[in-house]
Amino acid sequence: MSEFKSGSNLEKILKAGHFAFTGECGPPQGANVDHLKEKAGHLKGCVDAVNITDNQTAVVRMSSWAASLILLDEGIEPNFQMVCRDRNRLAIQSDILGVYAHGIRNMLCLSGDHQKFGNHPDAKNVFDIDSMQLIYTAKTMRDEGKFLNGQDLDVSPKLFIGAASNPFAEPFEFRVHRLAKKIAAGAGFIQTQCIYNMDKFREFMKRAVDMGLHEKCYILAGVTPMKSVGMARYMAKSVPGMDVPGSLIKRLQGAGKGKVAEEGIKFALEQIEEFKEMEGIAGVHLMAIEWEHKVPEIAERAGVLPRPTV
Amino acid sequence: MIVAEPKPIKEILEMVKDFKKVLIIGCKGCVTVCNVGGSKEVGILASTLRIDAKKNGKKIEVEEHTLERQCDPEYVDEIKDIINDYEAVISIACGVGPQFLSERFPSARVFPGVNTKFMGGATEHGIWSERCAGCGQCVIHYFGGICPIARCSKSLLNGPCGGSDHGKCEISKDVDCIWDIIVRKMMEQDRLDELLEFKPPKSWTTARDGGPRQLIREELVI
Repeated sequence: MSEFKSGSNLEKILKAGHFAFTGECGPPQGANVDHLKEKAGHLKGCVDAVNITDNQTAVVRMSSWAASLILLDEGIEPNFQMVCRDRNRLAIQSDILGVYAHGIRNMLCLSGDHQKFGNHPDAKNVFDIDSMQLIYTAKTMRDEGKFLNGQDLDVSPKLFIGAASNPFAEPFEFRVHRLAKKIAAGAGFIQTQCIYNMDKFREFMKRAVDMGLHEKCYILAGVTPMKSVGMARYMAKSVPGMDVPGSLIKRLQGAGKGKVAEEGIKFALEQIEEFKEMEGIAGVHLMAIEWEHKVPEIAERAGVLPRPTV
Repeated sequence: MIVAEPKPIKEILEMVKDFKKVLIIGCKGCVTVCNVGGSKEVGILASTLRIDAKKNGKKIEVEEHTLERQCDPEYVDEIKDIINDYEAVISIACGVGPQFLSERFPSARVFPGVNTKFMGGATEHGIWSERCAGCGQCVIHYFGGICPIARCSKSLLNGPCGGSDHGKCEISKDVDCIWDIIVRKMMEQDRLDELLEFKPPKSWTTARDGGPRQLIREELVI
């Protein structure tokens, strides 16, 4: 991992050995640019890159590439997310070229939530390729200078290619192997699903480190502070692949009226402290869902400010 | 087999409400096996149409006929002498049947009496489940004899997505995560290493994406 693949800020931070801190911002359900700028503005200077989600939970929003460009204009580095649900390989490759041409340097490759969840359940899905093949596509375009059909492209899109990992989805035994597969396919960094079950995550990371995966790829631990007991219960019950231990829900309940959000932040801060020391973890991906204005406070209290310049 | 389910009776009654002479045609193939379009179901639908007409003070003549197969011109020909006596024809074969009838008898008004669902089989009495997406290039031997194209909601070829939840798919607690089943089976067979191999993007040219399909086997063409 000596030369830069993309030269993105996130890549430079990680290669310099700093503990990375990334954020996330969902584009608006409309063309409300001001709202997007306001939300992203909270993250400016607090994180190394901001994930821009791609019609997450299959709810239609401003396209992730367009919102990513707005962030670029605001002087914030985006991490452009792309899902396989809505694009075939033609659209995927042309969007990769398009975002690179406009200055986007990070890309997170995802399968995408099934449209059945979202606000257009009648839609037809695509899934021409899967997330593993999306990683491979971006890598082939970047490193081989070729399209998926083997044809040469003229200027390669030099993107820092990322992927997601959910250590908590079943079957657990396969998850670390799937991570290894994503790294082999070309992922340079990984952002995990929101972590709440620390015991399980420790076991997952132990396996990843035993396989030497942390030496081939930067792994960022996913953190989402709980805002309320209701949110914790919802995530535990209704979000597939999410593992929220009963002990955490109890802890939030015990915080008392008006203090649950603070307890949620405290838990997140404890997690971040542990991740700083955890072998194989190169940073934290903070997904403060519709809570962007809390990110400066969380970053400050987590001791990750000021962000290093590289 | 091709699995189908009856259309709601209201929809069928609406389709044929203006006709006084109706021919119902069943099929002894897949739709007989899945209890939706055989001679028994032809009889039930015919009785329903007659009762409905009587209830509404209308006159209707309903004829019943079940072909060996509606997807075979040789058998479709059987009704050539009677079909023109009817104003409407309801086929309760899969989607192939009413189309073969329409093609063979261009002046006939043919209506579908069933909704064709998928290629699959009965897993329990009264329960059918999809098995094949007809992609035209079978790869199930890579996946423990299980098809992720037909049975994974996202047709993933490189392992389970993050929505796999205690053996169930993210779309519904009633749907198995087929990748959970594939992984566990391959682990049991000590073949996990095979799943760790990267599966490149699939060519969909042999699937419906390559356009409407036709199969020509020269050795059988007369």
